[in-house]
Amino acid sequence: MTRYAFGGDEHVYGELAPEMSLDAFFKGLSITNLVREAKIKGVTEVCAANASFQVRFDPDVIKPDDMLALVKELEEEAEHGPQLIETRIVEVPVFYEDPWTYETLMRFRERHQDPSGTDLDYTRKINGYATNAELIAAHHGTPWIISMVGFVAGLPWLYQLVEREKQIQSPKYLRPRTDTPKLCVAHGGAFGSIYSVRGAGGYQMFGVTPLPIYDPSQTQPHLKENMVLFKPGDFVRYRPIDRATYDAMAAEVEACRFEARIGKVRFSLDEYKADRLGTIRKLEGALP
Amino acid sequence: MSFKVTKPGLATTVQDLGRPGYFHLGIPLSGAMDQIALRTANLLVGNDEGAAGLEIVFMGPELIFARDALIAITGGEIPPKLDGQPQPTWTALPVKAGQTLSFDFLKAGARAYLAIEGGIDVPLVLGSRSTYALGTLGGFQGRKLQAGDELQLGPAGNGGRAGRSLPDSLRPVLPKEIRLRALPGQFWERITEQAQAQFFEDTWKVAPEADRIGYRFRGGRPLDFVPREPPFGAGSDPSNIVDGCYSYGSIQIPGGTEPIVLHRDAVSGGGYFMPATVISADMDLIAQLQPHVPVRFERVDMETALAARATHRADLERIRSALA
Repeated sequence: MTRYAFGGDEHVYGELAPEMSLDAFFKGLSITNLVREAKIKGVTEVCAANASFQVRFDPDVIKPDDMLALVKELEEEAEHGPQLIETRIVEVPVFYEDPWTYETLMRFRERHQDPSGTDLDYTRKINGYATNAELIAAHHGTPWIISMVGFVAGLPWLYQLVEREKQIQSPKYLRPRTDTPKLCVAHGGAFGSIYSVRGAGGYQMFGVTPLPIYDPSQTQPHLKENMVLFKPGDFVRYRPIDRATYDAMAAEVEACRFEARIGKVRFSLDEYKADRLGTIRKLEGALP
Repeated sequence: MSFKVTKPGLATTVQDLGRPGYFHLGIPLSGAMDQIALRTANLLVGNDEGAAGLEIVFMGPELIFARDALIAITGGEIPPKLDGQPQPTWTALPVKAGQTLSFDFLKAGARAYLAIEGGIDVPLVLGSRSTYALGTLGGFQGRKLQAGDELQLGPAGNGGRAGRSLPDSLRPVLPKEIRLRALPGQFWERITEQAQAQFFEDTWKVAPEADRIGYRFRGGRPLDFVPREPPFGAGSDPSNIVDGCYSYGSIQIPGGTEPIVLHRDAVSGGGYFMPATVISADMDLIAQLQPHVPVRFERVDMETALAARATHRADLERIRSALA
């Protein structure tokens, strides 16, 4: 049952479920797509989140109760629609256990649950992996879906396409860091993230990607049309890379010549539920 | 070049009315925190209400004009000076090429708005000239102003008239006791009834961490949570939720201790519960609160929120008529 509430006099907030699931995410995505397509006068922002969504409106144009009633109608419609999306899969190269992340995490050890090791050491232990290599393999072994974009410009939340008991889980830092390397690949709660800008953060840091995901100058070839790479419903496949590959890719990025690997793909939630591994293979096969 | 920054002030940024429509990409509203003050400053110099001006926080910049211009300063009381001579606020002031605009110490409020005839001409980014510093987007090179910056003005219209002034009766007065009206929302039930009552009973003080992203408050008693099994993906702290969208004006209370009211450069989402949201009519007022100011939150319903919004709008209409 979706729980609705007003956020002040300008927002309708819908929570599909208190806990994260692909069902909740897809329902939120369908509702927000319908709200956007309905082009309701007075609606200024429509935002899908992991298991919830929010619509911002001008109450001088549409009354809050009318807004809520419309969203509820569209929710009914979304229930009957197929959970099918035309989307993309993006390859994100990751240099795990890189020196910049290491330098940063060492600076903030006193804010961490386990100052004796790295963030990856800690996450490996609490998730029952024998070695960091095993955790890293699990992290890039299965694709992730972008379940929300926000916090700061272009920052994605990612949710991995594995059974719930296999989801990597880790608490956030005891006290947030005041610094995180740009393009740091990180994990907090049941979610992955890629920090789009340098700054504060609380997720466990695993590595960095050379792939730009937010470019306000719009000079990177894959960000010419949209300064933000990800949108909810996109998929990500991490690819582990070593220092030499990272340096080569970073040089290409610097020269604005880096070619991001992005494939078009259709994804059906029903199909995924019926055949998880087959659907994942199809997703991965869509990468160029 | 139309004017040059010789001293930047504390955090002076180019702002217009904001950049709605990109929240789903994590790009916040941005724009003047005190919207009526910027609109009024623009009206005084004959600009479109949404022209870009400067938002000045606590401490004013020093600017040298390279051309004649008409300017107006509104909002918090940071008294302006031209070549060292005190000037009135809420008034269209003529500036001659070569003159220096500087500011005295803050007397009241927290943010002043400087409008200049023609508006500040920085590139439109996603439909707005507002600065979003966290994302290095918009404004002047995506950041607060620095000494040495040279800014351009747009072409002046013909609506400006030196000496035009907003009548005293229409200038906002900061109330002696600050009340921020709020509507309980989605996660109100996460705290106990006792905590719900406490939140509105206690006096909170603006913390030093008060900026365009959000205003933090301290001094109230910690809030108790209703016990629960943490939902999958939410995190173990009782104040955690599965990360969701934050509303403009929403109040999040990490750990139940220090409420943070999110303002125009807010993070667009996250994992802390938002038990209530400040009503839209009171958001401009927050822009004028200094650290350590005592504040009470006041519980209202939607009807009251909408009536307050109508009053706020009527205030703006009166300003428009007076300056038409």
